[in-house]
Amino acid sequence: MNNLLSISLFWPELVLTATILIAILIDIFSVSNQANRVTNFVIIGLLATLAAVFLTNHSPTTLFMDSLAFDPFASFIKSVVLIATLLVVVISRYTNEFEGYHTGEYYALICIMVFGMFLMASAIDLITVYLSIEVVSLMSFILAGYLKNNPRSNEASLKYVIYGAFSSGIMLYGLSIIFGLTGTTKFFAIRDAISTLDSSSNLALTLSTIFVLAGFGYKISAVPFHFWTPDVYEGSPTPITAYLSVAPKAAGFALMIRFFNQVFVNGDSLGSLGWYADVSFAWPQILGVVSVITMTMGNLVAIQQDSVKRMLAYSSIAHAGYMLMAFPTISSEGVFAIMIYLVMYLFMNLGAFFVLIYVSQKQGGENFEHFSGLGWRMPIVGIVMTVFMFSLTGLPPTVGFIGKFYLFVAIINAGPSFYWIAFFGAINTVVSLYYYMRVVKTMYLDGEPSEEIVVPPFSMTLMFLVLAIPSVFFGIYWTPILNWVKDSLLFFVQI
Amino acid sequence: MENILSWIIWIPVLGMIAIAFIPREKHDLIKKVAAGATGIQLLVAIALWSTFDATNGSFQFMERAEWIPSLGISYILGIDGLSLPMVALNALIAFIGVFVSWNIDRAVKGYFALFLLLDTGVMGVFLSLDFFLFYVFWEVMLLPMYFLIGMWGGPQREYAAIKFFLYTLFGSVLMLIALLALYFACGQTFDMQLMMERAPFALDGVVWWGMSAIKVIWVLLFIGFAIKVPVFPFHTWLPLAHVEAPTAISVVLAGILLKLGVYGMLRINYTMLPDAVWWFSGALAFLGMINVIWGAMCALAQKDLKKMVAYSSINHMGYLLLGMAAVIAGGSVNGSNLMAAQAGMNGAVFQMFNHGTISAMLFILVGVIYEQAHHRDIEGFGGLASQMPIYTAIVALAFFAGLGLPGLSGFVSEAMCFIGAFPVYRNIVIISTIGILLNAAYFLWAFQRMFFGKLNEKYTKLVDINNRELFTVIPLLIITIFLGVYPRPFLDMIKETMNVIIDQVVVVGGIAGIF
Repeated sequence: MNNLLSISLFWPELVLTATILIAILIDIFSVSNQANRVTNFVIIGLLATLAAVFLTNHSPTTLFMDSLAFDPFASFIKSVVLIATLLVVVISRYTNEFEGYHTGEYYALICIMVFGMFLMASAIDLITVYLSIEVVSLMSFILAGYLKNNPRSNEASLKYVIYGAFSSGIMLYGLSIIFGLTGTTKFFAIRDAISTLDSSSNLALTLSTIFVLAGFGYKISAVPFHFWTPDVYEGSPTPITAYLSVAPKAAGFALMIRFFNQVFVNGDSLGSLGWYADVSFAWPQILGVVSVITMTMGNLVAIQQDSVKRMLAYSSIAHAGYMLMAFPTISSEGVFAIMIYLVMYLFMNLGAFFVLIYVSQKQGGENFEHFSGLGWRMPIVGIVMTVFMFSLTGLPPTVGFIGKFYLFVAIINAGPSFYWIAFFGAINTVVSLYYYMRVVKTMYLDGEPSEEIVVPPFSMTLMFLVLAIPSVFFGIYWTPILNWVKDSLLFFVQI
Repeated sequence: MENILSWIIWIPVLGMIAIAFIPREKHDLIKKVAAGATGIQLLVAIALWSTFDATNGSFQFMERAEWIPSLGISYILGIDGLSLPMVALNALIAFIGVFVSWNIDRAVKGYFALFLLLDTGVMGVFLSLDFFLFYVFWEVMLLPMYFLIGMWGGPQREYAAIKFFLYTLFGSVLMLIALLALYFACGQTFDMQLMMERAPFALDGVVWWGMSAIKVIWVLLFIGFAIKVPVFPFHTWLPLAHVEAPTAISVVLAGILLKLGVYGMLRINYTMLPDAVWWFSGALAFLGMINVIWGAMCALAQKDLKKMVAYSSINHMGYLLLGMAAVIAGGSVNGSNLMAAQAGMNGAVFQMFNHGTISAMLFILVGVIYEQAHHRDIEGFGGLASQMPIYTAIVALAFFAGLGLPGLSGFVSEAMCFIGAFPVYRNIVIISTIGILLNAAYFLWAFQRMFFGKLNEKYTKLVDINNRELFTVIPLLIITIFLGVYPRPFLDMIKETMNVIIDQVVVVGGIAGIF
């Protein structure tokens, strides 16, 4: 579709851009430091964007001369990102971490990041791929270091910048090799060009893919590109940590799914496709190994943490590993499972972080000892945190189980050559139980029934319930999510 | 009565919801609600027992509702002669368990809410005929069990609780993989009745990594269930969990939870993978023998009374595995000895029930003395017979039941297991009989040390068993004596269903037979 026509399908991004600009203006022209005004406006803007995402309906097509795809899959990822953003924006308002900071531009920066993730969800051109990743990364660097008086936050930001620059450099190098091999930046043209390559270019193709994988792996924090994650997650303001663990990960998976399914798979649509026969490289096995190492590493290191925040950081690495389990199958079942997991993960992981925000505010720290006996003193916090921990472990009847169940369904369905991945996934679930249950243990077993009961303020309780109730409800009856994902499992494909 | 099975599952949850709305200081009311919920459940179970058609070996009182159609998941319940005794046992033990826990005074509300949730989870496992539903209930039990051990248990409770949780979850995730493999093999359905029809043939000749898929799935399921039984070498969580758990939870653990593993094997392994039974039954008998001998020897070495009873469970589960292994006696290779197969299988299920009543009784009695003496060291007592005559008499009966004295129910089922297994596994059975000897030895020796001899000065203040405690023990004692003298009513209930399962293993397993 040409540029002018494309605008008509670009409404969500346009609304978002307007939101960003107006948010900055409101911030500048506010007389006193009225951050709440910006927050309220941003919430309205994001809701409008969400509405635009749902209202912009069209059959799958491309925008702006084949550089962005417009399809239900992109809209799905955009919705997930928006829901996560809305929740994080609301919780940012109730945390005390930003006391003494000017927070007007904080919300504008988050919105710019959303814009970048929108592009990531729909990029089908190497240039847009790179640009969108950079937009998201740059905003993340700033947001991670937002607490400028806090050395840990500065450290987080700096580490993030260094790793980010390094991995995006490698990725750019990989992209340039692909361009050199095929002479184009468009996904589908690359796909056609690769199929005509002879075996002499296998090495170059393999290398370039590994380099590109470095960029994607960095975004979803897969081993061995995960080193930034624990420090950045620990140092960043907790709402940003929660955000980084969910939204960019969803966008990163979207990009990865699109890239691997449309560039390296020989066929016109998803399902019953093999990997390119010409690439004599065991891609599925390699990705399977990456997945197993990622979850094992994440889990084993998470066991040793004394800080709940750091534990959750490692656990989010493990969850990236779980999602990667279904990736090597390169089947629509695999993509379906990852999409379901992203939704389920959003509820439980944001929930766990939100509880952490409240607890560290109340108890003055984020370590296990600060959770001691909490279940007795703050019954609501105890119960919702238990729900989130069970869900993250993947026990029924919670969303975590359903997410994992679909991942296993995809793997088992793909045939015996993938069963070993399922086996490691299963064992890792048991390992993860140990540290998730440690939180529950600390909350209940390390304390005594207490007379004094602390009830969180209404707004906090509401936030907890908004995440905890779906965590259980969709664990029992998940057909609504199933239908949503099923309708969204449609990609733009150029024959 | 419409939807009787749903009622029996969900009544405890209704009780739990009611408890959630009671202020937490009203301990008595909470306990009464819990007793009421489990009491109603027991009445429903009795009604179920009396209306059950024993001449019909297939599922009865079926309920069916759509749940997640796109994945072939439904809410299917049904009951047959295998699940009926387990449902009745669970209802009884849960009701008694409430009264055993009457003295709990720490976080009463949480305790009884979790207790009722546990009850629902167990009932659900016994009654679901959808594999997914079965799995969900199976896992739902873990949460209350973790808290009940971890919060109301003894000094090492945290370690015991997490060890129990990790062991069981390890088994369940292996089961999950097997479940999905069966799901795809059977044409994407979780309906257990369909799976029983299709699975024996669907996996014929499928080979994974050079091994028959049937064997792989069998082993995955077996490990999942064996941890729960527990079968040696997966038994190490059990003594710990028992010792640390509060009395009522030990009662439920020994009375019901251990049966879930055996139930799972009979319900799933035996009916869905009947050919593999032929392949594995030797190993099953061998593991049974080890359980018998190992459990008895460990029990003999214990100084802690509760630990001794815990190991006696491992010992008793061994007899049951022998009886289960006897099913292959019915095959033509083994002379089509259907009598032996029936004796073994009926004996195994009867042993499940009897162990449920006897071990529950033993744990209650351990709790009675512990509550007064605050220790369970067998050597530390002595001469209690003169101080607590009624208690002594009841313990004597319970111990005799535990060691399999003729006239008490344990004898009948153990004898049936041995009779069934003898034609096929002669040597194993002969070695296992040593276990009976050891079994008698540890019970009698413990009895002698505790009750005879000179009364320890410390214990002159002990009072005899009180009425509440009697109320919890007497029903179990009556059942034990009654079924010991006249086991027929029980065996008639399960006979037809056992024939169906034997048929599945012997005939269907024989046709599909790749072994």
